[in-house]
Amino acid sequence: MTAYARRVSLVLWKDLLTERRSKESLNALLFFALLLLFLFQFALGPDRERLQAVLPGLLWLGFVLAGLLGFGRSFVAERDNDCWEGLRLVPGDKSAIYLGKLLGNVAVMGVVELAVLLLFGVFFNLDLWAPLLPLAAVLALGTVGVASVGTLFAAITATVRARELLFPVLLLPAQVPVLLAAVAATEVVLAGRPVGEAAHWLKLLAAADLVYVTVGLLTFEFVLDT
Amino acid sequence: MRRALGWLAALGLVAGLGAAFAYAPREVVQGNVQRVMYLHVPAILTAYLAFALTLVASVAYLATRRAGWDRMAASAAELGVLFTGLTILSGSIWGRATWFKGQALSWTQGWWTWDARLTSTAVLFLVYVGYLLLRAMVEDREARGRFAAVVGIVGAANIPIVHFSVKWWRALHQPSTLLGPEPSPIAPPIRLALLVNVVAFVLLFAYFLVRRVEIARVEDEALD
Repeated sequence: MTAYARRVSLVLWKDLLTERRSKESLNALLFFALLLLFLFQFALGPDRERLQAVLPGLLWLGFVLAGLLGFGRSFVAERDNDCWEGLRLVPGDKSAIYLGKLLGNVAVMGVVELAVLLLFGVFFNLDLWAPLLPLAAVLALGTVGVASVGTLFAAITATVRARELLFPVLLLPAQVPVLLAAVAATEVVLAGRPVGEAAHWLKLLAAADLVYVTVGLLTFEFVLDT
Repeated sequence: MRRALGWLAALGLVAGLGAAFAYAPREVVQGNVQRVMYLHVPAILTAYLAFALTLVASVAYLATRRAGWDRMAASAAELGVLFTGLTILSGSIWGRATWFKGQALSWTQGWWTWDARLTSTAVLFLVYVGYLLLRAMVEDREARGRFAAVVGIVGAANIPIVHFSVKWWRALHQPSTLLGPEPSPIAPPIRLALLVNVVAFVLLFAYFLVRRVEIARVEDEALD
């Protein structure tokens, strides 16, 4: 493994280990997602048809909102424990930290999304088995999309006062295209329609992911300031 | 030099107004309300120019760490937000007058549709308002410059992605083709009037930019 890859995996392993031991983020996020599900149901009424129609949108709204909470905490541990200097002093390419954090965020969000998806499946009687592979692809591409900008902006706002306000305000407009694309693609996939119909959306998601991750990798060192 | 630019901009605006109201012909389909286009189109083009400048200045700041670039980026973004706001307002008015023509609307209705261009312009507006909010909330000048530059770069990189996602989203949800505030097949007088106004707006933008950067520089010096 190259030194770069090792640094990435160190950051990733540290975050996942911290998460596994404390379980604070994951449990709270899972519970939050469940509560959102209930809220959507209550807000949109008992009409099953209406809910079924907006399901993909609700799903991704849930992920985006959970992401606001989850990604926002990406660098809180470092900031609170006086480890920010530690990050700045890491030798070599700082983008390794970004990549490690991004992978950690994707992993945690992935678990949350899986849980929410299963719950959605149960509550709304969805067939998740048939479109499993395309669904997984959409989820993966969409999650990288929201997490990539989320991780970068989390680093930016970590040391800003009123972080809780500024982070959503910065992140949500940036996530609009990913939201649009992911919802459209999910709609196609969940309806059992051929994946080809969503091909342009998937390509857009892939392109967006590439752009966001590249920008993140290139600019992260400036956020840390070295 | 600055004053000359200011007078030139003022002259340009007068010429633009003249071109828009006196020179340009009354449009066949939409009538006189179409003249909003002479404000609407130059405004969005100027906004794009402003945000392009923000991108360039942001990258330059990260590369050189010279405060002048940061001031340029901030000033350009501010003006970009202004002109984008103008675009949305004028677009909203134009849309209400054309798309709902003949319909009985209450005073609160008809001001917004999720037309692809209005929507992506609104997203653009939100992104850069966020940029300005970030700048307002970071006191440390050096950190502010860095953070803003990164957000500016992400915002600019997102523009084409937003454009396509919104365009396809509209195609998905509104199959009927709306008769939107499109410039009709551009007759030469209309094209000329439009060009005059675009030039006028760019001159105005340049003047505002020069002044705004100057104010920022004086502010920085005062705080040193």
